[in-house]
Formats: sequence, structure tokens, C-alpha cells
Amino acid sequence: MKREIPIIITFLTGVLCVVAFFVPHPPLGGLQQRFLIWYAILAGFTMILGLDSLVKYNVKKIRQRKQGWQYSYVLLFGLVLVLVTGFQSWFKYDTPFELRSAFMYTYIHMIVPLQATMFALLAFFISSAAYRAFRARTFEATLLLVAAAIVMLGRVPVGKMIWDQLPVFSDWLLNIPQLAAKRGIQIGVYLGGVVMSLRIILGIERTYLT
Amino acid sequence: MNVLVVTLLVSVLVVYYIRRAHAGDKLFVRKIAGLDAIDDAVGRSTEMGRPILYSFGLGYLNEVWTIASLSILHRVAQKCAEYSTRLLVPQYDPLVMSAAQETVKQAYSEKGRPDLYDERDIAFLTADQFGYAAGVDGMVLREKPGAVFWQGYFYAESLILAETGHSVGAIQIAGTTSVEQVPFFVVACDYTLIGEEMYAASCYLRPEPQMLGSLKGEDFTKAIILVFLIFGTFLGTLDVLLQHLFNVDSLHVLFLNIVQWFNTF
Amino acid sequence: MRLFDRLANIDRRIIYLAVGLVVAIPIVLKLKMPIRISSEVRSAYETIENLPEGSVVLASIDYDATSAPELTPMFRSFLRQCFRKKLKVIYTGHLAIGLPLAQFDLDLITQECNAVYGEDYINLGYRPGYTAVMIGIGREIRDFFAVDYKGVPVDNFPIMKDVHNYSDIALIVDFAHGQTAEYWIQYVVSRFGVRMFACVTGVMAPSLYPYLQSGQTTGIIGGLQGAAEYETLVGHPDTAAFGMPAQSMAHLLILAFIVFGNIGYFLSRRKK
Repeated sequence: MKREIPIIITFLTGVLCVVAFFVPHPPLGGLQQRFLIWYAILAGFTMILGLDSLVKYNVKKIRQRKQGWQYSYVLLFGLVLVLVTGFQSWFKYDTPFELRSAFMYTYIHMIVPLQATMFALLAFFISSAAYRAFRARTFEATLLLVAAAIVMLGRVPVGKMIWDQLPVFSDWLLNIPQLAAKRGIQIGVYLGGVVMSLRIILGIERTYLT
Repeated sequence: MNVLVVTLLVSVLVVYYIRRAHAGDKLFVRKIAGLDAIDDAVGRSTEMGRPILYSFGLGYLNEVWTIASLSILHRVAQKCAEYSTRLLVPQYDPLVMSAAQETVKQAYSEKGRPDLYDERDIAFLTADQFGYAAGVDGMVLREKPGAVFWQGYFYAESLILAETGHSVGAIQIAGTTSVEQVPFFVVACDYTLIGEEMYAASCYLRPEPQMLGSLKGEDFTKAIILVFLIFGTFLGTLDVLLQHLFNVDSLHVLFLNIVQWFNTF
Repeated sequence: MRLFDRLANIDRRIIYLAVGLVVAIPIVLKLKMPIRISSEVRSAYETIENLPEGSVVLASIDYDATSAPELTPMFRSFLRQCFRKKLKVIYTGHLAIGLPLAQFDLDLITQECNAVYGEDYINLGYRPGYTAVMIGIGREIRDFFAVDYKGVPVDNFPIMKDVHNYSDIALIVDFAHGQTAEYWIQYVVSRFGVRMFACVTGVMAPSLYPYLQSGQTTGIIGGLQGAAEYETLVGHPDTAAFGMPAQSMAHLLILAFIVFGNIGYFLSRRKK
């Protein structure tokens, strides 16, 4: 029964949600709303799972002095700092999002710059990857290179300065050939997703079970 | 109404082809290079004495691509158990972590090597996008895996991850339904599963009748949609030509009505 | 090493240095460039312009600091336009780490525009559940947002008096760095028929063009260019417009490197 019960639950909730999409009236609509609320509550609690795993993993890393164990101290310190400042700000201002709070100070002066730095790396990675990969080895690669050049120039003001029709051509590339290809791939992806969902609801796909 | 029609159509076709597969019909599935390369990738890592890294990207367990990725992980874990190769699976989401742990444990048990399973190798890193990217990059640079699997949903961090994998000389097999990130993976990785090839993975790796039948049903639905697309394109093009060349708009009303029916619910 | 071999194998550190300089110099020199307005951004702008006074707009904050340079200018311009048009803004999000960032901008612009909390705008905060929340609001918003971000019951605020579900909301604007915009379209727009447009990062914008063409989104504001266009339309050029020269120079530099790389590649091949 350990495998059968989750499959039955999956089937019943899946069918209910699909039917409720077409028949939103009571009792189906209300039942679906109840399930959605339960899901939202459960989703919040999954953070506790993650917190447990994160702390256990890093504490073991420190105990066993694995490579980079010192950074686990930094991680645990950061975890405690954000938790403490969050609760302190919550008790003091009724919300941690008050601009004067310690939590927001930590967020604006530590988390934001760190996240922005990581994303900024992308500019450099893209430059080196583009330089390495955009070689006109074949006809298709040349086509890709030319299209990329047109769109890159057309999407910035300097493109219009070079040739005033370049943005128009860039828009055409985005709205016609790019869109056609993307639409084709997306239809395949979403259809695959529908069939995959059907397999999960019918209990054919059970990889998510233990 | 149109959504109901398509939903019923897909369901009927899938069930029909599953029954045909059960009845013994042979259903053809074309070769998917990325999936065939799994065994080679794991073997290569074993020979080099390096671990394997598997990433789900930024997916959650309620998303179908994550479930598709679990089937691929199952296969990779089985191979790792056979060759006694270490498997690292850094996680972005706690629920996915639990599912991944169970998948790997089950795969190792199936191959008679439950002793190889180490829960710490499938650990939660962070639920922050670039924190996760930084953590995985760090793992790649420290552990220097021989093979890396990027199987799931990725966002802007995809190129950072793939470039880091490339820099340590790992063989990289990517698979994503994120159409925007496919070009980055194609550029930086050795094999890429594009879009629905990921969904076909569970059918490809476990060619059971119901799996192959559902894949066939999906393909047939796609063929029907293709017929509608061609018909609609032909009708629309003819309508524009007739209007511009001969000033005839009799097809225009028909075309608009068809589009309206597809647009309304 | 011959010149063309060097051209085909430029050290990545030189590329990184060049990119760094080319981005920094225009910003330091405060260069300016004219901004061309695209049809999809104009369409998004006019969607708000055409809303009657007092209409309720739901803003969903689904980005964080990584995408802030692109999305913060869009969000600020959106708030300026909404408060100028005297629209009511309900503000929520599906990314817990992004809401504090937008809170910062919200406080800045509401002070600038003299907007009153609870009357002109309200912050409902974050709820886990993602698509469950999106679908659930379609029935009753109070099932998920009974209180605002400070824990005050939403019924205490005049702005929420007649707002129960999507039929009371004139427009949804999603500020997303990921797939959330597509989820809004798939789960909300197609099911409940409410209008929306998306403000997304440059890399996500192309994936929304199919929805723009089919009318499921009324506009797309994509990337720093889109943000600059939107700022120009709202009449308040800010960080996005000032960032365009840097982006332009960076694009030119990347193209130059690609050209050098190809020249080196072809000359090397010919030599062999």
C-alpha cells in the first residue's frame, strides 16, 4: 500500500483539478481551492527540510575538515545573521521589510551586491563564449553568426546610428523567423508536458515516488 | 471548449497507443544521442577516477521537467553503482532533494550496491539562483568531475555552469525545456537534449509498453496539430493574397472565425 | 605565434578586461544616446495610459537583485505612470528575496508621487505556492492574502474594498526574471481572461513574442533597452537610459572580437 496510496492521491487530485478547470462551480471549485491552499501551506514548510539539510551538510563538512570547510562557517554565520536580523526586525517593526531595519540593511548591503556580482559575471562569460563559439565553420554557423550580429546591433541605440533600418530588420528577425522556430519548439515542449502530466496522473510515471 | 477538445484528443490518443503497445505492436523511437552517451560519459569518468555531477537546475518537484530529470538521474545512478563511481547531486529545492535521494538510493539498491549511497552527496545548497550557481561552480572546480549532467530547468546561470564544466574538461550532457538557454548549452556542451527529448527520456531509458505508447500518442497529437497549422497557414496566406491581388475577402470571414474559435474558451 | 593564430586564440583575460573597460567608461563619462521606441514597449505603455482612473492593477514582483539593473527602472517607471494616472496598485510577488528590493523602490516612488498606503497602493507580501496562489486568486484573493505584509487585515484598507478576484483587476503586470510571466499567461490570462503585460530580462523577452502575437500579452518590456524605452515614454529617463551607451559599446566590442576570431580562424585554416 506504500506505493498505491500516493498514486491514488495523485490520480484523484489530478483528475479533480483538471475537471475543476472546466467545471469551476461548487463543490469542485471549492475543493480545488482547498487543495491549492494546502499546497501553498506545504510549500512553505519545505523550507524547513532545506534548512535541515543545509545545516547538517555544513556541520559535517566542518567536523570532517573537508576541502573548503572554513566557508561552511561563513555560510552558517550568514544563515544565523539573516535569521536573527529577520526576527529582530519583525518584532521591532512588525515586518522585516521596514527600510530602517537590520534585516533590510543586511539585505541591501550584503545580499544585493553579492547577487549582482554573480549576475555581472555573465557579461564576461558571454563575451568569451561568444568569441569562442561564433566561428563560421558551416553554413548554419554563419547564419547564426549573422543573425546574432543583426539582433545585437539592432537592439541597442548604436544600431540605428550605423544604419537606420537595422532595428527594423532586427525586429523582423525577432518577430518572424525566431518566433516561428520558438513556437514550434514550445508546442513540442508543452505537448510533452501535457503527456508527461497525463502519465503522472494515470500512475504510469512513478519516478517521484520512493 | 477548444481546450476540452484538445485535452480529450490527447488523452484518447495516449490511451489508444498504450493499449496497442500492450497488445504487442512494435513502436519505433528514434535515437537520442544525448541519452545514448550516458553510459560512455559514466565510463569515461570511471576511467579517469573522477566523480560525476548531476544538476536539476532550478526546478521544483511540481514541475514535469524535474520529474523527467529524475528518470535520467535514475539511469545515471544505476551506471554509477555498476562502476562504483561517486555521484554528486547538488540541490536547489528541498523537495527535489528528497526525491533525488530516494531515486539514487533505489538505483544503488537495484544494482546491489546500497553501501555506495551517501546522503551527503545529494545535499541542499541554496534556494537562490546565483548562490546555487556559485555553489555548483565551486563543486565543479574542486571535485573536477569527469562528466556533468545539466538536466532540468535553467535560467541565466546556464552559461556560467556550462563554461565552468568545460573549463575542467568534463564531458557535458545537457537537457532543458528552457528554450532560451538551449543555445548556451548547445555551444558549451557535448550533447544537448532539446525540449521534449527530455520528456521522452523516461520512455527511451525504460522502453515499457505504456511509456512508448504515451510517446506515440504525443507524436500523433503533434501530427494533428501540424495538419491544423499547415491548414491555417495556407488559409491565412490565401486570404491575404486574395485580398491584395483580387480584392476578394470571402475567405477573410472564414479565417477570422477559425482563429476566434481557437482563441476563445 | 603568428598574428592570425593569436587572433583566433585571444586570452580570455584580455576579453574580460576589454569588456570591463568598455562598460565602465561610458558610465563614468555619462554618455547619452537617443532611444528608439519599439512597438511592444509602446503597446505596454498605452495599455496603462488607456486605463480609466481608479482601475486596479496587480503588480507581481518576480525578480531579485540579479535582474535589478534591468527590472528596477521598469518598476519605477511603472509606478510613476500608475500614480500619475491615479490607478490603484496591488503589489505582491512569488520570490521572497525580490520583494524587499522592490519595497525599496516602492517607498522611493510613493514618496515622490505622494501616494498613500492603503488608498493608492497596498503591499500584500509574499506567499509560497507559486502557481497555486495565481490560480487561487481567481476565486478569492483573501484565501491567500487575508493580511498585508505587516499582518494588517486587508479589509481595513479602502483599496481592497471591492477587490476579490481577477474580475476586479483591470491589468496584471509581471516583473519577472524567469518563467513567471509565462505562468501568468498560461494559468491566469487564458483561464480568467484578465489582461496583462510582462516586464522581463533581455534573455526571457524572445520567449514571450508568441504570446504577444496571439494577443495573450498586450506588450513586452524586455531588457535594459526596453527599460530605457519605457523610461523615455514615461518622461523620466533614469538608470536604464544612461546604461544604453555602455550596452551599445559592449555589443560592438563582442562583435569585434567575433570578427577577429573569425579572421584568425580563416587565415589559420588557409595556412594549414
